[in-house]
Amino acid sequence: MNTPNLEDMGCGTSSATKDKKSEKALKAALVIQNWYRGYSARLKTRQRYALTIFQSIEYADEQGQLQLSNFFSFMLENYTNVPEKEPGLVTRLFGSSIQDKDRQDYLGLIEIPDSYCGPRLQFPLTFTDIDLLIEAFKQQQILHAYYVLEVLFETKKVLQQMPNFTHTNTSPSKEITICGDLHGKLDDLFLIFYKNGLPSVTNPYVFNGDFVDRGKNSMEILMILFVSFLVYPNDLHLNRGNHEDFMMNMRYGFTKEILHKYKLHGKKILQILEEVYTWLPIGTIIDNEVLVIHGGISESTDLNLLHRIERNKMRSVLMPPIPMDGDRAEKKNKLGTATVALGIRTSGSFSEQLTKQEWEQVIDILWSDPRGKRGCYPNTNRGGGCYFGPDITSKILNKYQLKMLVRSHECKPEGYEICHDGKVITVFSASNYYEEGSNRGAYIRMSSGTTPRFFQYQITKATCFRPLYQRVNAIESSAIRMLKERMISRKTDLIRAFQLQDRNKSGKLSMGQWAFSMENVLGLNLPWRSLSSHLVTTDKDGNIDYMSGFQDVHIQKPVKEVQSSLIETVYRYRSDLQIIFNIIDSDHSGLISMEEFRSMWRLFKSHYSVHIDDSQFDELAERMDLNKDGSIDFNEFLKAFYVVHKFDQLNKSDTKLA
Amino acid sequence: TVAHQVPLSKGFSRQEYWSGLPFPSPGDLPNPGTESTSPALAGGFFTTEPPEVAVAEFHKKIKEAFEVFDHESNNTVDVREVGTIIRSLGCCPSEGELHDLIAEVEEEEPTGYIRFEKFLPVMTEVLLERRYRPIPEDILLRAFEVLDPAKRGFLSKDELIKYMTEEGEPFSQEEMEEMLSAAIDPESNSIHYKDYITMMVIDEN
Repeated sequence: MNTPNLEDMGCGTSSATKDKKSEKALKAALVIQNWYRGYSARLKTRQRYALTIFQSIEYADEQGQLQLSNFFSFMLENYTNVPEKEPGLVTRLFGSSIQDKDRQDYLGLIEIPDSYCGPRLQFPLTFTDIDLLIEAFKQQQILHAYYVLEVLFETKKVLQQMPNFTHTNTSPSKEITICGDLHGKLDDLFLIFYKNGLPSVTNPYVFNGDFVDRGKNSMEILMILFVSFLVYPNDLHLNRGNHEDFMMNMRYGFTKEILHKYKLHGKKILQILEEVYTWLPIGTIIDNEVLVIHGGISESTDLNLLHRIERNKMRSVLMPPIPMDGDRAEKKNKLGTATVALGIRTSGSFSEQLTKQEWEQVIDILWSDPRGKRGCYPNTNRGGGCYFGPDITSKILNKYQLKMLVRSHECKPEGYEICHDGKVITVFSASNYYEEGSNRGAYIRMSSGTTPRFFQYQITKATCFRPLYQRVNAIESSAIRMLKERMISRKTDLIRAFQLQDRNKSGKLSMGQWAFSMENVLGLNLPWRSLSSHLVTTDKDGNIDYMSGFQDVHIQKPVKEVQSSLIETVYRYRSDLQIIFNIIDSDHSGLISMEEFRSMWRLFKSHYSVHIDDSQFDELAERMDLNKDGSIDFNEFLKAFYVVHKFDQLNKSDTKLA
Repeated sequence: TVAHQVPLSKGFSRQEYWSGLPFPSPGDLPNPGTESTSPALAGGFFTTEPPEVAVAEFHKKIKEAFEVFDHESNNTVDVREVGTIIRSLGCCPSEGELHDLIAEVEEEEPTGYIRFEKFLPVMTEVLLERRYRPIPEDILLRAFEVLDPAKRGFLSKDELIKYMTEEGEPFSQEEMEEMLSAAIDPESNSIHYKDYITMMVIDEN
């Protein structure tokens, strides 16, 4: 098809026509550029919103975790009210099993079968063992429990010799590398070692906590880090993060990973791991100038006190010290005698725990976040630690003659972020933390007297990069999905809030009313107006049909006859219930008795002010006793409560037809 | 010949540009002021509520958009993100217009940060006056067609690069690469603009 153009028609040589043509082209180009920049900006914003959603939900969950801590304290303080038949439950919940076992207790009776073809470590460890492990893990082999236990035992021994803060020095020829959260993402660790070299005497590292949970290779990461530490104890430095905590592991996946990979010896591993965590140093100080800790600081942070405390008494963020002050002496005595009577070894005889002040100091270090606002405020997002402003940073750094604070704990889109006038650096090393494409990872190289250098990376599964809009679509759908599940787990409360504002019972609310209710009930501090188009339908007048938000998701009812509100409650608290169950199930068999199940529920219910009829719950429990043998497989129980997304079902049926 | 470069600020009149392209007669031209192709831009924005309520809603929406980029939670954003914020609110200023807007919201001695207190009133007025309305889909299509006078239905990669990086308000290399990654058909090394536009529009809806 030949469309004559102006040039063919002999007009092309005239400069006036040329000008006119190029003016048209100019205008057309402007239109396209203008449109593209608008589109590109909206894409970036959608990506940002998705990250905000992920982060808000993550922190809200952590807050839930710390609320659980209050529940345990509540139980411990009130156990005297617990009826006679319940003492077994309390013993299991609070019985401490910390004993000083020796190597033989752990390793004796474990045999490595001849058929085992995974990596075999040789003690004392050398750098060849590090290589061996890395190669083996690249081929997805699993290290035998015998070696795992040996490594953990040796690591604990060496860590016990180390002070609360590791002091180390750099020189122009010996830079140090600082890595942030890894969260079980093995590929990121491999990438760091590939880009930056393996740890050695001339290539020191600091790993700033949160090695485990969420990702699926927490064990492998831990093994590589611990083996490297045993080979180079003065050049590979480990700081404790808030996830190096056996109770956090119960909720965030590491416990599950261990029990899955190590069906026979998982329990032993968990026991010693619990102790190893408590011996991890609180922080590292480089060249007496740079403080490296996992979370942050508070206005009352006292480094001298932190240097002195017995750090291994910090078992878990969920086990705060039992109050012991003077005017509660009555209670103390009551607790004291009763404790002895029931034969419970609590999370200490009282001398085996930190003081309240010491405990809070450690929580601040592991959980706090920097913010732009001056001052120090409780960290309401996470439920523990605080938000600290630039004035706090200056004050504390000056007090101890330090120049900089390097911390982790928060996912950043670029892998790192500098704030507080260059005095605080956040470094986060798990790329694609929330979802593929969500963020880069980074590490820092520094030496005394030079500016720190940042290195970024992003692991990608696809061999060719997907265009930006596809990646954004993926994380956006994922974030919206999570948000909808959140909404469905609070459906009853949300509907009540909506109906309160909907005087005419029209089923509709204005944008402002809807956004207000959403924030009031969910408390996630999200940009509801901007997200509304993904969550609900709006009519042409701009009013929102609030029930439309629940249309394409529902919680699968494991048992038809049971009330929705009960299903919702169990779904909402499933993580908390899981943790409590894991503690009760001390032999990790996966089963608890109906009696234990009932008493757990009753205690939980009273503390969380949940208004569900006991009979409803009993009925549910009966029906869930799948084996009809009086015991409940709790994991099966929880699995039965899952959220169904309508469009998942549609897709499934599509593929059937195809 | 005179190099035609659009004066960076006041000269850019939308009506003028769109009418400069080979359009059907003005009667068929969609009024750029009211229609918008994307629900993200139109949805819930202009309601039938009385003006005071509308202003309050604008304030909240502007605050939401601003807060997402306020990383330190201290009511400031990096000046380099202001363009993104403004565009996320449904406006499509040119680079020149953006430049002017930033000058309006910056401190007297620029700090690299923009404060919310200065941003809010300026942005509210922009929204109330419906300034910088987005480009309708069909006008975008016409623009591509102008660059493709032979009506092949596509632009070659080199042609697109040439126009986007040499004319108008040129793309940076990053912008160019980003656009190409989604727009280009790797087999023919060309951009089938009609399909591309359709794909982008679906993505936003």
